[in-house]
Amino acid sequence: MSTAAPTQVGEAAVGKSPRKRGGPTQTTDRTKAERKLALMLCAPAVIAMLLVTVYPILYAVVLSVQKVDLRFPEESGFVGVDNYIAVLSSPLWWQDLFNTSLVTVVSVTIELMLGMALALVMHKALFGRGLIRTSVLIPYGIVTVVAAFAWFFAFDPSSGFVNSLPFVPDDKAWFGNRQDAFTVIILTEVWKTTPFMALLLLAGLATIDQGLYEAARVDGASAWQRFWRITLPLLKPALLVALLFRTLDAFRVFDSIFIMTRGSQDTESVSILGYNQLISRLNLGLGSAVSVLIFVLVLLIAFVFVRVLGTAVPSQGDKK
Amino acid sequence: MRRGMAIAITALALACGVAACGGDDESSGGAVTLNWFIFNEPSGGPQKIAERCSKQSGGKYKINFEYLPSQADAQREQLVRRLGAEDPSLDLLGLDVVWTGEFANAGWLEPVPQDTEQQVSSNVFDSVLETARFEGKLVTVPIWSNTQLLWYRKDRVPTPPKTWDEMIDMAEKIGPDKGRIQVQGNRYEGLVVWVNQLIESAGTSVLAGPKEVRLDEAPTKRALGILGRLSRSDVAAPNITTSIEDSARLGFEAGNSAFQINYPFVYPSAKENAPKIFEQMGAAQFPAVDADKPAKPPIGGINIGVSAYSKHKEVAFEATECLIKPENQLEVATLGGLPPVREDLYDRPVMDNKVYPGFADQIRESIRNAAPRPSQSPAYQDLSLAIQRAVHPTTKIDPQNPDETYDRLLNNVEKAVKREGLL
Repeated sequence: MSTAAPTQVGEAAVGKSPRKRGGPTQTTDRTKAERKLALMLCAPAVIAMLLVTVYPILYAVVLSVQKVDLRFPEESGFVGVDNYIAVLSSPLWWQDLFNTSLVTVVSVTIELMLGMALALVMHKALFGRGLIRTSVLIPYGIVTVVAAFAWFFAFDPSSGFVNSLPFVPDDKAWFGNRQDAFTVIILTEVWKTTPFMALLLLAGLATIDQGLYEAARVDGASAWQRFWRITLPLLKPALLVALLFRTLDAFRVFDSIFIMTRGSQDTESVSILGYNQLISRLNLGLGSAVSVLIFVLVLLIAFVFVRVLGTAVPSQGDKK
Repeated sequence: MRRGMAIAITALALACGVAACGGDDESSGGAVTLNWFIFNEPSGGPQKIAERCSKQSGGKYKINFEYLPSQADAQREQLVRRLGAEDPSLDLLGLDVVWTGEFANAGWLEPVPQDTEQQVSSNVFDSVLETARFEGKLVTVPIWSNTQLLWYRKDRVPTPPKTWDEMIDMAEKIGPDKGRIQVQGNRYEGLVVWVNQLIESAGTSVLAGPKEVRLDEAPTKRALGILGRLSRSDVAAPNITTSIEDSARLGFEAGNSAFQINYPFVYPSAKENAPKIFEQMGAAQFPAVDADKPAKPPIGGINIGVSAYSKHKEVAFEATECLIKPENQLEVATLGGLPPVREDLYDRPVMDNKVYPGFADQIRESIRNAAPRPSQSPAYQDLSLAIQRAVHPTTKIDPQNPDETYDRLLNNVEKAVKREGLL
């Protein structure tokens, strides 16, 4: 635990003021001026964030307790929690929540394993580091919709090459049943975001002191022991951050499913459910309730990661 | 200094914004610019007639195209977002026939003035006009129509079937190697078209009134039985539960199909992609459910709406009157193969000689007998989602005993009409 007084907000923001150990916080004119400058530098970003995130979120909450349907402008009014009751009592919501969780858990697990392997390879690479790191990033750089279309066309029975591969039936309809459709959706997600996972883990690996490995080797630790006893524990902060980001991202999965099945074959995610209410039905009240519930779930996931698993928020750095 | 720059940048951004989305200032020689929001029809027909009308207006207006995406859902999404925000830059709207009810009820459409109504509805098919009305009033102006025919292989089928059962029997006799039937069974609007036409052909309908469910039990079950029978037959396309118009076309062009239910675009496409199959391609009417009841083919197409937020409504209606003139409808038909909405135009020799070689009468008959989807309801999208969820995948419908599907359909549609719960 740090002994520094946690009251110095300005210090963390400016980051270059000298670190004081203990003692009451005495604000000199200089630190005051620096703090003011820091606030002024932050202000535009904060205001922009408020405008583009807080306002829409609050507006969604307001809409979610009202009956609002663009097609029926005369029928609107306050309905309290009716929209939430409608959503939570619908089997569709629970089915879609299950689907979303399935995609999230399976794809993040695979990404973690693949990403770890990639990060280790990239970390150990002796030559062509820049080239390897850049080429690994390519899938992440492709727009999700484009990636989803590419995978869709690859697996589509009429245009794809997958069905002409050996061991694959020629007329297999990949998007014609739930299991196969989920397989392709998850593969797309994994292909697209494993690089992100790998890069975050690579950054974590770079912070580990190489001396520890040398000491372990001198003590006769095997490669597996070195990974299990040194790499993993020291990587935990980076690992949790990577998992948090990817889980939040995966939970909002929309593009791939929208392109590939539009939610048919029981592959619908909660985001698609929200889209159907908001965009197809123009039922802004009901749709906003779905959106707010998704937002609450995302907050909950973040809370569990930060408070229960002890994920360090990136700006704090780690003291271990 | 810094503040000055910020102001300059803001001013610049504002100026650009206005210039980009407007251009409707009357300063350009007095001609009003009418923005037509419509998808980019690949043949260029709409552009040609818009240019013609702009010229003929004698400097009164100039039609400018603002292109919407090619997918109907995405087109609607953009229009809805702009109209929901009361965007005044929209003047003319290219509307799918099933959006009439919801756009009109939302107050986004300017009702067609009386004197215009006379002119734009003369000789137009009744089925088409029905898609343009809301609560008895004309709120959009039909410009082109569309319908599905039964396309078949003349070398495999001597006389085209009259009913769905007859077609499935014929196909099963030919076998799955050469006798497949191509339809649209994915969970999307195309499935609603198929289901709705079967229900209509069976002698009932989804709705009895804007808020009243019909779906008479015996005929609806009969329709669902056919849906299940075809979907479970081995002559159904292997991808039936994901098939759309284009995959059906590709399936037919691949050669192992004997039948296809689809819009007329498949005809020029086969000519281009599969000339041998094209030579054997015949057109017939959309099959009936029972031989003693008439088939009710689907109807599609585009109606022009004038935005309620337009600043130039009067001129916009004037332009609409011009766009749907007989010679302009023929132009669009000739260039893009899009069926005219005026019945009398099908007597013109160019229709049967060039536009629809040998099957212009089939198109006319199909549109004449067509039954629209229940789009008079402002909650049409709810109905559409409800129907899709109830019947998809069609392979799950037991043809002998479609009770479960019927109950689900009825329940879903009742909820949709009341707009209750999630869909």
